[in-house]
Amino acid sequence: MITMTSEPINPDALRGQLFDPTAGAYCSFEGWVRNHNEGHEVERLEYEAYEPVAISEGEAILAEARERFGDVRAFCVHRTGMLEIGDCAVWVGVSSPHRDEAFSACRFIIDALKVRLPIWKKEHYTDGDSGWVNCERCAAHA
Amino acid sequence: MKQITVRYFAMFRENAGVNSERLALDVATAADVFEATRDRHGSAEPQGHCKVAINDQMADWASPVEDGDTVLLFPPVAGG
Repeated sequence: MITMTSEPINPDALRGQLFDPTAGAYCSFEGWVRNHNEGHEVERLEYEAYEPVAISEGEAILAEARERFGDVRAFCVHRTGMLEIGDCAVWVGVSSPHRDEAFSACRFIIDALKVRLPIWKKEHYTDGDSGWVNCERCAAHA
Repeated sequence: MKQITVRYFAMFRENAGVNSERLALDVATAADVFEATRDRHGSAEPQGHCKVAINDQMADWASPVEDGDTVLLFPPVAGG
């Protein structure tokens, strides 16, 4: 399951949803808001998601993970709205019978989410400027 | 001409100044919609870096668009 939320992510609460008597391994990834990017000092981040497609595409990624890595349970939550330094922006959790599949599926899912989901990130810099991440060339022609 | 609802996101929305608009366009594919609205979304970004969905389904740039479709233009994504 994948969800978008404008509320703070609580990894401890989410982790509990992955408990399974057949699972001997659990692996998670948290993406945090950092205070710098490509030479800019970042004050906060703003995430925008187009939820209907983010959910359907996210579910497709989780299904692909199950096809590739077999018996894995996987959840993902992605934040929207304004986030401060240190906030958790994305959480991926995977449980599976053995650790190899948990590590591999977790890595596969976060890598796919970053390049496939319709989610955009606007950086607000300490100098008052702002910019959409990955859109530099768009900006040059705007 | 086809009646197409075009939706803009993130930087594209800021450039266009609207979330969406209904346009009469002489277009056959999603790529044609991207080109026809270039002065709205403001992007000369190669289509390969952007994504497109039609009626809430991810699509290819070569996907056909029909009268009444909603075409969603996604600038380069940056989740995570």
